[in-house]
Amino acid sequence: MAKYKSHLLICGGTGCKASASDAIESNLNKELVEKGLEEEVQVVMTGCFGFCEKGPIVKVLPDNTFYTQVKPEDAGEIIAEHVVKGRKVERLLYTDPETKKDISDSKHMGFYKKQLRIALRNCGFINPESIDESIARDGYAALAKVLGEMTPEEAVQLIMDSGLRGRGGGGFPTGLKWKLTAQEKADQKYVVCNADEGDPGAFMDRSILEGDPHSVIESMAINAYCIGATKGLVYIRAEYPLAIERLKIALNQARDYGFLGKDILGTGFEFDIEIRYGAGAFVCGEETALIHSMEGERGEPTFKPPFPSVSGYLKKPTNVNNVETYANIPVIILKGAEWFSSIGSEKSKGTKVFALAGKINNVGLIEVPMGTTLREVIYEIGGGIKDGKKFKAVQTGGPSGGCLTEKHLDTPIDYDNLIACGSMMGSGGMIVMDEDDCMVSVAKFYLDFTVEESCGKCSPCRIGNKRLYEGLEKITQGKGSVDDLEKLRNLCGVIKDTSLCGLGQTSPNPVLSTMENFYDEYLEHVQDQKCCAGVCKDLMQYIIDNENCVGCTACARVCPVGAIAGERKGPHIIDPAICIKCGACIEKCKFNAISVQ
Amino acid sequence: MAKVKSLADLQKLKADLQSKVNIREKGDTAENLVQVKVAMATCGIASGAKQVMEFLIDELEKRNIEAVVTQTGCMGYCYAEPTIEVKLPNQDPVVFGEVNNTKADEIIEKYIKTGELVDGIIPQNYETIDD
Repeated sequence: MAKYKSHLLICGGTGCKASASDAIESNLNKELVEKGLEEEVQVVMTGCFGFCEKGPIVKVLPDNTFYTQVKPEDAGEIIAEHVVKGRKVERLLYTDPETKKDISDSKHMGFYKKQLRIALRNCGFINPESIDESIARDGYAALAKVLGEMTPEEAVQLIMDSGLRGRGGGGFPTGLKWKLTAQEKADQKYVVCNADEGDPGAFMDRSILEGDPHSVIESMAINAYCIGATKGLVYIRAEYPLAIERLKIALNQARDYGFLGKDILGTGFEFDIEIRYGAGAFVCGEETALIHSMEGERGEPTFKPPFPSVSGYLKKPTNVNNVETYANIPVIILKGAEWFSSIGSEKSKGTKVFALAGKINNVGLIEVPMGTTLREVIYEIGGGIKDGKKFKAVQTGGPSGGCLTEKHLDTPIDYDNLIACGSMMGSGGMIVMDEDDCMVSVAKFYLDFTVEESCGKCSPCRIGNKRLYEGLEKITQGKGSVDDLEKLRNLCGVIKDTSLCGLGQTSPNPVLSTMENFYDEYLEHVQDQKCCAGVCKDLMQYIIDNENCVGCTACARVCPVGAIAGERKGPHIIDPAICIKCGACIEKCKFNAISVQ
Repeated sequence: MAKVKSLADLQKLKADLQSKVNIREKGDTAENLVQVKVAMATCGIASGAKQVMEFLIDELEKRNIEAVVTQTGCMGYCYAEPTIEVKLPNQDPVVFGEVNNTKADEIIEKYIKTGELVDGIIPQNYETIDD
């Protein structure tokens, strides 16, 4: 076996792969061969490092140098300078936006300083397609410990003591769920991994499956042992091709090594996993709908009870857990419940992975202890708002969640605090908005999503959300009235109270929370017919200021619909009846003569 | 046929595979370990820095000392190549000049193991971006 002195890790998450990390890998290998260093330096494709904003990332170890936005053609310089001569390639280092200094070691970067990576412990560290690297990092050691040293009851108790709660959104205590399923008597039980991550802007589960699939497989086996199941299913959306591919590779390796199949580790325990593909319906993240979809039925939810722990897949007791929840299990087993429950806040233990997106400097995937404040996440890890703009709100919990504002910035993030603030944890999407975002339009965006994703089974959700959307549309077109706001609020209450499943019960949240926090903005839309953020096109008018206009005709020439008229060297005028408010004229005007009102 | 048939098998496999990720784990906790940088510019390599680096990597491992050995560029002491910089946890780095295998052995046995300084120290007169 070659003895490597140095490792070059390349991010192989979906994002960085899209930015040519495959080409970077092959160029690095080519350069190493040219320099005769292929026996000394190993190039490893890993899972997501999380710092997607500056991807593709290449990390050099053991000196922990973190190169950002690497291009395939940079491979030669990295090898010639860093590997051969030991000089860091400074132009590829991360520059701290505040101090303007280059930071070479990722541990000193604001983005990583506050993070604690438990579920993501192996993402960006091991090659997800190598079971050996997983084993070297304690992969399957927790399974061996549970099978060899613990009864199912003891293992369930340990998970209960740890205080782990479901990471898919609801926050149901994981240990209790296992206990309830374990109590049922049946000839066959199932464990299901819910990898149907559907919130807009969320990619936590995908990154875990892409970066560390073995941790999920191991956990499912532990889960199966605890509840007495022999079959497992992963329900994953077909639009996650890389995650599926790596999961398949991992499953085959696990079977080869004997971590799946009959007589696992010589203990007589039997378990195997199948993959089921989802077509990308948001409602199928709801566990009853997910189960129906796996059975080949329509992906529609049914009333609970009976809960899946009693009657789930094929009417058998079924335990459904989310990917991130599973990724926490092996560490809890190995390090103990006490260790895990020492992290986090009083009622929410451990860490949470968030996908930071929107108008934030450091877009990416982060994991922080529960109880970290939004301010720390947005300003210290996220690096603040893009282009020095003003923070307006952060949307958590996806289409089921709500908006949090300035006044919530110092609230410690955990399940209960977020609900108290009118939002929810959800699966961990965090979309940051600045002063240029119109909150009515944001609510409309989420409702548009919900209307599209509603399965249509119950009328409050199918019809109610549609009416809600139309109400919001009316407001953004300047046709709403103050009465409409009251009507919308009532309708929200009805939908929440009468919908069958979580989708409908939470879909009005974006409307309610924006109304609660930004009522002035709604009033401005219906009373003054104005949108201060300048998003609602119907409420805007483009006007040319006669004093500044020199009649250069640049605007008239660029206007795609011919809405601008005027003589050369004379003042121009925009016909509001024809104008489509595309903004092309403003960009073209060199004299600041055009304004939006 | 399953490769791993028992807990003992798994433990043995893990021990064998540990070296695969050792370098990465060390990089994560480098500040708690002995860090050795070997100057590997043209002058260093010409004076035998490569052999010294290999010697250090092998010997530190054989003697069970958790250390990170990396190469670095020219430190500027070309008159005293090969030069190495040794940083013990929570201490300032010390640079040694004219290090051959014998000297390296002495540095491991005395400075790294007991903190006792040996001949050949070059006073440091620069700052790095990490400082």
